[in-house]
Amino acid sequence: MKRFFSVIFTLILLTLTVVPCLAGEKKDYSHLEGTTLNVYNWGEYISDGSEGTLDVNKEFEKRYGITINYSNYESNENMYNKLQAGGANYDVIIPSDYMIAKLIEEDMLAELDFSNIPNYKYVLEKYRGLYYDPDNKYSVPYTVGMVGLIYNTKIVKEAPDSWSALWDERYAGEILMFNNPRDAFGVAQCYLGQSINTSNLKDWDKAIEVLKEQNHLVSSYVMDEIFNKMENGEAALAPYYAGDFLTMYDTNPDLAFVYPKEGTNFFVDAMCVPKTAENKEAAELYINFMLEEKIAVANANYLCYATPHSNVLESDDYELKGDPVLYPDEENTPKTEMFHNLDYETQNYMNMLWNELKIEGNSNLDAYIGLSVTAVLIIVYALYKFIKKKKREAMY
Amino acid sequence: MKKKSSLMTHIAGSPYIIWAVLFIIVPLCMVAYYAFTDKSGNFTFDNMLSIGKYTDTIILSIWLGLLATVISLVVAYPLAMIMAAKGPEKQSRMTMLIMLPMWMNFLLRTYSWMTILEDNGLLTTGLNYIVDCLNTLPNVSLDPVHLINTRGAVVLGMVYNFLPYMILPIYTVMLKADRSLVEAAQDLGGNKLDVFRNVTIPLSVPGIVSGFTMVFVPSVSTFFISQKLGGTGTTLIGDIIETQFQTANNFNLGASLSFVLMILIFICLAVMNKFSDDDGGVVI
Repeated sequence: MKRFFSVIFTLILLTLTVVPCLAGEKKDYSHLEGTTLNVYNWGEYISDGSEGTLDVNKEFEKRYGITINYSNYESNENMYNKLQAGGANYDVIIPSDYMIAKLIEEDMLAELDFSNIPNYKYVLEKYRGLYYDPDNKYSVPYTVGMVGLIYNTKIVKEAPDSWSALWDERYAGEILMFNNPRDAFGVAQCYLGQSINTSNLKDWDKAIEVLKEQNHLVSSYVMDEIFNKMENGEAALAPYYAGDFLTMYDTNPDLAFVYPKEGTNFFVDAMCVPKTAENKEAAELYINFMLEEKIAVANANYLCYATPHSNVLESDDYELKGDPVLYPDEENTPKTEMFHNLDYETQNYMNMLWNELKIEGNSNLDAYIGLSVTAVLIIVYALYKFIKKKKREAMY
Repeated sequence: MKKKSSLMTHIAGSPYIIWAVLFIIVPLCMVAYYAFTDKSGNFTFDNMLSIGKYTDTIILSIWLGLLATVISLVVAYPLAMIMAAKGPEKQSRMTMLIMLPMWMNFLLRTYSWMTILEDNGLLTTGLNYIVDCLNTLPNVSLDPVHLINTRGAVVLGMVYNFLPYMILPIYTVMLKADRSLVEAAQDLGGNKLDVFRNVTIPLSVPGIVSGFTMVFVPSVSTFFISQKLGGTGTTLIGDIIETQFQTANNFNLGASLSFVLMILIFICLAVMNKFSDDDGGVVI
């Protein structure tokens, strides 16, 4: 009998200690309590508690006692420059595909320890092992999406199905365009049927030509200002991300969206940890936390971007479940291409062309005339003063 | 004794000197360094030579900055005069009203101007209503008003944001000016115009100069205002510089553009200062 009890006792002990380990249940992260985690994300790219949504960062702080230091960037390049310049210390960043490729190439990302990210299992198979991270070592997909054409049905009567609508003279002065070279060139290149990753400089020349043609039709080059402008019905047409269209559509139901037939850009934004991160374990904890179903649903509902999370897609709390814009069926899925990291020469060339485009169409006659008149006035005034002074001196 | 006081001066001045060296002199040297090197750090003139392409943009920036400054001056000067002549209580109330918008963030204010000037915005709708009314009259046909994405909108944004920097220095100088000089001029038989031209204006020149500097410099180098309120034809040199650092990752070109812009602004201000010296010399 005594023996029986001891066996039972041992078994109980075993279950208590071994089973949790086998199931990969809760690791102990209490030593991270009181540390700080620096998260660097796109603007408006997390459920932040406004309008009764879940405040994801606060939730994380509450659960793990880790303080989050959250900051925003506007573009991949912006983030890259900040990271490369050093000084700033970030633990979690969320760049897009081509930027991840670039960061890996320049050895700026740390390999993730996936034993801290068990929720990675929810990431859909088709978003794993993409070109930028073929062995799934550095990144965990956060959102995915495509660029399409947003138009205002009040102004644009016949539904467009091609990028050529952005070159339509009828909408002169009512067209918005991306204010970042990669996306803007991407649109022009899709329109021309080129690859958006071409390294043939002649292709870029052709692309800038059509962008310059378009210049006089464009009312302004915008990024986040697009929300205001499209929601208020200020513009007829604009290329932008599908997820953001849904946000705008909420405010202005006159808007409509189409994936142009020429094809478009497909992107993945993924969570990564820079090599310089000082709190890598907490960073992995955070990434894992973001993949929890409840959190991922909150983010997906807030962002309106398509999600790579298998459970969210089936969750009943997911408001955009099966949305035709985010998840088009096979028939309506456009041809897509992902951005790849351009080589240094091409990138420089693109930036140079972009500068040219931005100063193109500055007709500066008024400035020249104005400044010349000012200069003449100044000289006349100086002469007048000089003569007066001479006269005065002569008087004494 | 003398030695001690100079030591004291050194100690008292040292925080600012350290500040100036760390955050003004060193960064300036870095700008110069980047301006004359290429990506791998070799000395080159290429950046400087490529600036020729941006002449138009620089000219436009200076022109719009100048316009904004002159408009601010025209608006600010009478206001400062009126303020300085009022009783102390009214003065503080008016100063407060001028400062009030500055308690709000500059970016936010510019963003709200964007909404106001939009084609469906408050101001444009109001103006277009008036235009429509006028158009019902015989022989009148006006085009609807379009405000956003024009140079006018950019200048408006500059004037709105930097006007307080013009008003306050002029007002301060006028406040401190000796009233008895004006009275003496009146006693000597000067009419209002004479007094204004020969006493009030020369006395306020230092205020005008510092106001001019404080409006002109940020206007010329702004990028936020032109990006939000301007359109395709209003890219200023500030935009180009910003792009070099934020997107293009071409610090060298950005630095050389800033360098040239700095020199140009310096020249403009030198011309301005030359005038104020002349004026002062002649009158006093």
